[in-house]
Amino acid sequence: MLGRKGETLAGWGRAPVVPGHEVRSEDLARIADGRPLSRGLGRSYGDSSLPAASDREVVSTVLADRILSFDADSGLLRAEAGLSLDEIYRLFLPRGWFVPVTPGTKFVTLGGMVAADVHGKNHHKSGCFGAHVLDIKVRVADGRTVRCSPMIEPDLFRATIGGMGLTGHILEVAFKMVRVPSPWIWQESERMPNIEAFIAALKGASADWPMTAGWIDCLSSGAKMGRGILFKGRWATPEEAPKHAPRPKRRFSIPFDFPQFVLGPLSIRAFNFLFYWKHLRQVQRRIVHPESTFYPLDMLWHWNRMYGRRGLTQHQCVLPNEAGAGAARRFLEVLTARGGASFLCVIKDCGPEGVGMLSFPRPGISIALDIAVRKDTPALIDALNECVVKEGGRIYLAKDAFTRAEHFRAMEPRLEEFQRVRRIWDPNRKLRSAQSVRLFGDPP
Amino acid sequence: MRKVVVLGATKGIGRAVARQLAARGDALFLLGRDPTDLAASARDLEIRAARAEGSVGTAPCDLERPDDFGAALDSAGVVLGGFDTVVVTAGLFATQDRLEAEPKLARRLLTADFANTVVFCEEARRHLLARGGGTLCVFTSVAGERGRKPVVLYGAAKAGLTHYLEGLDHKFHDKGLRVICVKPGFVKTGMTAGLPTPPFAGEPEGVARDVVRAIDRGTPVVYTPGIWRLIMMVIRMLPRFVMRKIGF
Repeated sequence: MLGRKGETLAGWGRAPVVPGHEVRSEDLARIADGRPLSRGLGRSYGDSSLPAASDREVVSTVLADRILSFDADSGLLRAEAGLSLDEIYRLFLPRGWFVPVTPGTKFVTLGGMVAADVHGKNHHKSGCFGAHVLDIKVRVADGRTVRCSPMIEPDLFRATIGGMGLTGHILEVAFKMVRVPSPWIWQESERMPNIEAFIAALKGASADWPMTAGWIDCLSSGAKMGRGILFKGRWATPEEAPKHAPRPKRRFSIPFDFPQFVLGPLSIRAFNFLFYWKHLRQVQRRIVHPESTFYPLDMLWHWNRMYGRRGLTQHQCVLPNEAGAGAARRFLEVLTARGGASFLCVIKDCGPEGVGMLSFPRPGISIALDIAVRKDTPALIDALNECVVKEGGRIYLAKDAFTRAEHFRAMEPRLEEFQRVRRIWDPNRKLRSAQSVRLFGDPP
Repeated sequence: MRKVVVLGATKGIGRAVARQLAARGDALFLLGRDPTDLAASARDLEIRAARAEGSVGTAPCDLERPDDFGAALDSAGVVLGGFDTVVVTAGLFATQDRLEAEPKLARRLLTADFANTVVFCEEARRHLLARGGGTLCVFTSVAGERGRKPVVLYGAAKAGLTHYLEGLDHKFHDKGLRVICVKPGFVKTGMTAGLPTPPFAGEPEGVARDVVRAIDRGTPVVYTPGIWRLIMMVIRMLPRFVMRKIGF
């Protein structure tokens, strides 16, 4: 299978870019044959959905997007792996149903949501997406199609949830949708003076609010370090909600790659300053559009172009509760010592670990940083990861492009168990990605 | 509300067209090769359009088995209580290299994409005219615009089909038959999955929007994505010595 000339693939961050192309079909089981990896809408930032150096083709699941069944009593939905969250949102929210867990973009597929075991603003209450999955149909390396669930082939099930597509090609997913009282969100937001107050408020809010998350100004330092805005939300009741359905948000497109200076230190400072002081009142309460709550960046089509040709990466880690209250400050100090070069910094408290063998969240504080790729980015990621290792935390594979294998191993005592399951189902390592070569020691 | 029969609704552009028709409330009946696949596609349409289970009917119909065409359309007529629109997106595809290497496949493709598709359209035309007219929307291809190196055989079949549709339009327009010839450019579907993606490639949803609009307006010839009308205009004007040189 030779690569086609000039064709390249990249994740959402557009770094790295590798030679390769997608193969599309409605019949996933057929095109999965002999191919090393499936890819959905390509929203993982780094190299999770990219072929290893000696592979050229990945399976694109996006045409396999049929809904196979929906039970309007229990909310059980079964669909092919390429069904997008955008479609689920569009079709089901007006009927009073929604996914139990949503990531920060709706341009993801069901297969991708399982493979990355995505989490959202409600992680402290509802866990990861995998917690709501009843069964998965996987095409494993030897060509068999296996249905797995918490009862049937439980190891394969647990390894597939959060397994980054490395256990097999995900063909179908069955999960439980949830009923929502209205399609609107009741939101309360509050200005936070520093990181200590922020974390205390996040933890305090978690008992009463099903959705919480915050934005941090990562250029602030000293007494103001970690200042930002905390968002708390819940579905609005039918009485509170506007009587009309939320209209689809207008979408703006970033037409071309911005030059590098656009996201330079000055504009980062200005953006963060404005974002903080735009929130003039200490506390604001209002009804907001569901897309503004869950998918604020989806309104900017191709927003990754703002980061210029060299692309962006996201560093998302979770610092465990055991590391103590000072862990987040110590982490932010590593960042600010290097100029704090992050446009967006999102903070969230995580609930208990889920079923996925390699799933990212664990009880603690998750911090996500969007970083424009520059010459010194690998060094910055190294420094951040050294801090994560020291605090006993770990990183989110779906975002990663620059972590070194030794750091990853130090963060992931669970890797051994995951690799054991992979050896059973794929002894010859037919299934792999550029990321699994980089981090898991798969043959290149 | 239209009553629509779709041949080829389980895949690609046909699937996208069926979804858009279902979403706005048209009644649908699906024809295709594989009964299991048909049932899954029908269920998908029902759930998406919030309709009762079993409200989208299906019947097996294979472009390579022309003897079954009549029965398939008859059962569609019975289930829908008569239909006013027939959409044909089905067809075989293979690269020119493969068709040259496998004469049997070439014969199958030429038969299915030209002769049998015409036979199916004749059957559909009789059904539509019998109830006083209707819309017959058939997918040919920009490949049928001119003899070209990468689509010598496939293009020839589609060119024949295009001519047939034009003749049909001239002959039966007065009788109430609206013939719509859709000429898709390169669209990113499973059919074209083995080919390098050229510039101006379209997505099935966008093409389906163009097709649904054409069905409603009765547009006789549709290039989609629209840019392909210009591209093909240029290609048609190129002199022969240029066409011999270039690979397009």
